[in-house]
Amino acid sequence: MESLRIPILKIGDILIASIQVALHDASAVQFKDDLLQKIHDTRARGVIIDLTALDVVDSFIGRLIADIAAMAGLMGTRVVLTGLQPAVAITLVELGLELPRVLTALNLEKGLTMMQRLTEESDDGSV
Amino acid sequence: MVQSKAAVIRSDLDIVIARTMARDVAKTLGFGAIDQARIATAVSELARNIFLYAGTGNVTVREVEKNNRKGIEIVCEDQGPGIANIDLVMQDGYSTSRGMGMGLPGAKRLMDDFSIRSQENVGTTITCRKWRN
Ligand SMILES: Nc1ncnc2c1ncn2[C@@H]1O[C@H](COP(=O)(O)OP(=O)(O)OP(=O)(O)O)[C@@H](O)[C@H]1O
Ligand SMILES: [Mg+2]
Repeated sequence: MESLRIPILKIGDILIASIQVALHDASAVQFKDDLLQKIHDTRARGVIIDLTALDVVDSFIGRLIADIAAMAGLMGTRVVLTGLQPAVAITLVELGLELPRVLTALNLEKGLTMMQRLTEESDDGSV
Repeated sequence: MVQSKAAVIRSDLDIVIARTMARDVAKTLGFGAIDQARIATAVSELARNIFLYAGTGNVTVREVEKNNRKGIEIVCEDQGPGIANIDLVMQDGYSTSRGMGMGLPGAKRLMDDFSIRSQENVGTTITCRKWRN
C-alpha cells in the first residue's frame, strides 16, 4: 500500500515538517527517509518538526524521532520539535521515553526563534 | 450501558485503528485528555507487539465496574509464539527485535492493572485496566 507523504517545506536554510495525520508505521519510516534525504540535498542547518496534531506518540514514533535527531546531528543539522501536546509529553515520560537529545519548543513560532538563535550561535563558532 | 468494541490486528494500519477505537471508548466513558492519551498509547504498544510478534490477533475494549468504580478494560490476544519468560520481557530495555524494549513495561506504567497470560507456541493474552477517578 502506498504510504501518505508528509510535506517538507524549506524556508531559507531551515526545513519545516508539520505532521497533520496519525502516522502508521510505514508512513513514519517514509517520513524519516524523506526528511534525511532532504536535509542532505538542501544542506539545511535546522529542521523543525511540528507535532501539534499528533495525539499519540508511542515508542515506535518516539524512537523514530530520536533517530532523526541523532542522524540529523551527524549531518550538522539541528532538530527542534514543536507543539507537543501536554498529554503526549506526559505519556512519553511515563512510557519511559524522555528524548534527552531532542530540543523542544512550545509552538512553531517559538521553534523558529529558537532555531534562528541556534544557527546564529553556530555562525559565531560559539557552539 | 456496557460499551464493548473490537479490532482485528493484521497490519500497521490496524494499530492506528485499535488505538483510535480505545481512545473513543475512553472518551465516552468520561476519561480526561491525559488518561485518553495513556490508554491510546498503551493500546498502540500492545497492538504493535501483536503485529510484530504474532502477525495477527485481536484487541477488545470494554467498560468495567468494580467496587462502584468505573473503568476501561483492554484485552489483547494472539495465537502467536507466546512469551517464555514474562519477568524478562517486563524489564525496561529487553527486546528481541532491536526495539527499545519499552512497549510492555511502558504500557504497564500507563495503565492501573496489567497482567500477561502466555504459553509458548499457544499464544498471549494481555489484560489491562484503567480506573476513572
Ligand atoms: N504478543 C507477543 N507475543 C510474543 N512475544 C511478545 C509479544 N509481545 C512482546 N513480546 C516479546 O517481548 C519483548 C518485549 O516487548 P516490548 O514491547 O516491551 O519491547 P519491543 O517490542 O521489543 O520494543 P518496543 O516496544 O520498545 O519498540 C519483545 O521483544 C518480544 O520478544
Ligand atoms: Mg513492543
